[in-house]
Amino acid sequence: MPLFSPTEFAKEQVLAVQEYSLLAGRSLSNVFTQPRYIADTLLQADLIGVGSLPIVVLTGFFTGAVLALQTSSTLQQFGSLSLTGKLVSLSMVRELGPVLTGLMVAGRNSSGMASELGSMKVTEQIDAMRAMGVDPSKKLVTPRVIATVVMLFFLSIISDLVGLTGGFMISFTLLGLDASQYWTTAYQALRFGDVIMGLSKPVVFGFIIASIGCYYGLSAKGGTQGVGRATTQAVVAASVLILVSDFFITRLLMGFFQY
Amino acid sequence: MRFEDVSIAFDHPVLEGISFQLPRGETKILMGVAGTGKTLILKLALGLLKPDSGHIDVLGNEITAMREQELFALRRNIGMVFQESALFDSLTVEENVAYRLIEETGRVTEEIHERVLEALRFVELEHTVSLFPAELSGGMRRRVAIARAIITQPEVLLYDSPTGGLDPVTSDRIIELIVKQRDVYHTSSLMVTHRLQDAFTMASHYFDRQQNKMLPVGDGVDCGDLNTRFLILRDCKIIFEGNAAELLRCTDPYIREYLS
Repeated sequence: MPLFSPTEFAKEQVLAVQEYSLLAGRSLSNVFTQPRYIADTLLQADLIGVGSLPIVVLTGFFTGAVLALQTSSTLQQFGSLSLTGKLVSLSMVRELGPVLTGLMVAGRNSSGMASELGSMKVTEQIDAMRAMGVDPSKKLVTPRVIATVVMLFFLSIISDLVGLTGGFMISFTLLGLDASQYWTTAYQALRFGDVIMGLSKPVVFGFIIASIGCYYGLSAKGGTQGVGRATTQAVVAASVLILVSDFFITRLLMGFFQY
Repeated sequence: MRFEDVSIAFDHPVLEGISFQLPRGETKILMGVAGTGKTLILKLALGLLKPDSGHIDVLGNEITAMREQELFALRRNIGMVFQESALFDSLTVEENVAYRLIEETGRVTEEIHERVLEALRFVELEHTVSLFPAELSGGMRRRVAIARAIITQPEVLLYDSPTGGLDPVTSDRIIELIVKQRDVYHTSSLMVTHRLQDAFTMASHYFDRQQNKMLPVGDGVDCGDLNTRFLILRDCKIIFEGNAAELLRCTDPYIREYLS
């Protein structure tokens, strides 16, 4: 077995970061240059947005419901059960809606992109595309990045709303809260900063999901086994990066809106 | 096309000091045992890889000094047939063959459809137009790849083992298509092959337009007129360059063994 070389390992990691940064940068700069693949972007938007709707709705609903259920016992101890709407609303809109939607879409679409592009890579279809004068970063990466960013934005809004509805169902049926009380506290709890935080996260997460998925796909090597490895790595890297970037965005915006 | 002192290494040197020229209208057959960097030469010629040192000129452009974005325009004048065909498996045969043309117009127009049929007629696969690559046999996929490469009538064609892994009958059919392309359109081409038989068929046959088939060169026609030359690679270097007659006369023991 060859000895492990820390220098080689460090070089490989720096190279991976460099290549990812170049691809991510190109995927954005492509937006401003011709040709633009609008049909491909719409197709991806359908696959990512509409395709992910069922899992996002289910995740959002049950997260809101369990949030109401879990917090009710604590709130009851302080006689503040009426704040359930406020708590569900703030948690869903600021944090759980965007993060859980991001993680679900990462699981579904980062893996999909990595395996699709990875298969194209190992069967020389990416080289064939380049050989025919078509830029794979324009044809394959940019449409996926745009579609994921736009769709994740709207999916997060849907997830927030469905989560609030889930919380309401529990509050109304099991906790005996008044409907208008739940929705009024939920609505009034939200400040401008909360909404901005909830809507800026999906933009970053969407970019991470698509760029990571495409990067691992395009750097796949070693046949079908390599495609499998790229798929797993894409989901792991996208999920971890979503959680890490979530912390930094939250901290940044908390400072900005002076929480 | 001109290679000048081109070298490339990965973990170990693969090509060292490679220099050759492919004049307009000439066909060069690249031979050598597996792993000698034949496919690599094709990829370097397309700019899909950059050499560590040396210069490569293609159609008057020094591609070693060009950026990827600039290379896309140049590559539209070069056709490549990949070893495993590399057809887009999610697109139909028509969309595959018309890929470059659809890039320009955004959709399959009536004119593009006609050109696709014409290219498929050339490879005798007109009936497969609406099929997917997975529904075709290996030899048919290779022929579709040839149709895709020639549809825009590029100035240079690169064939990477076009007969690799195919039965002798299908291989002969593909070689006939390549000879037809050479003798009808006089396209410059670089062809990698492992099969000596294919290489010698190319060097000893011409395409007869009247009879629409490949015929052996008879009396009075010199093999040299076919504009087909050989390059043999060994240990990162070119060890032979010349036409079929020179190759057969070559006394180098390695080449004699290779040919036998």
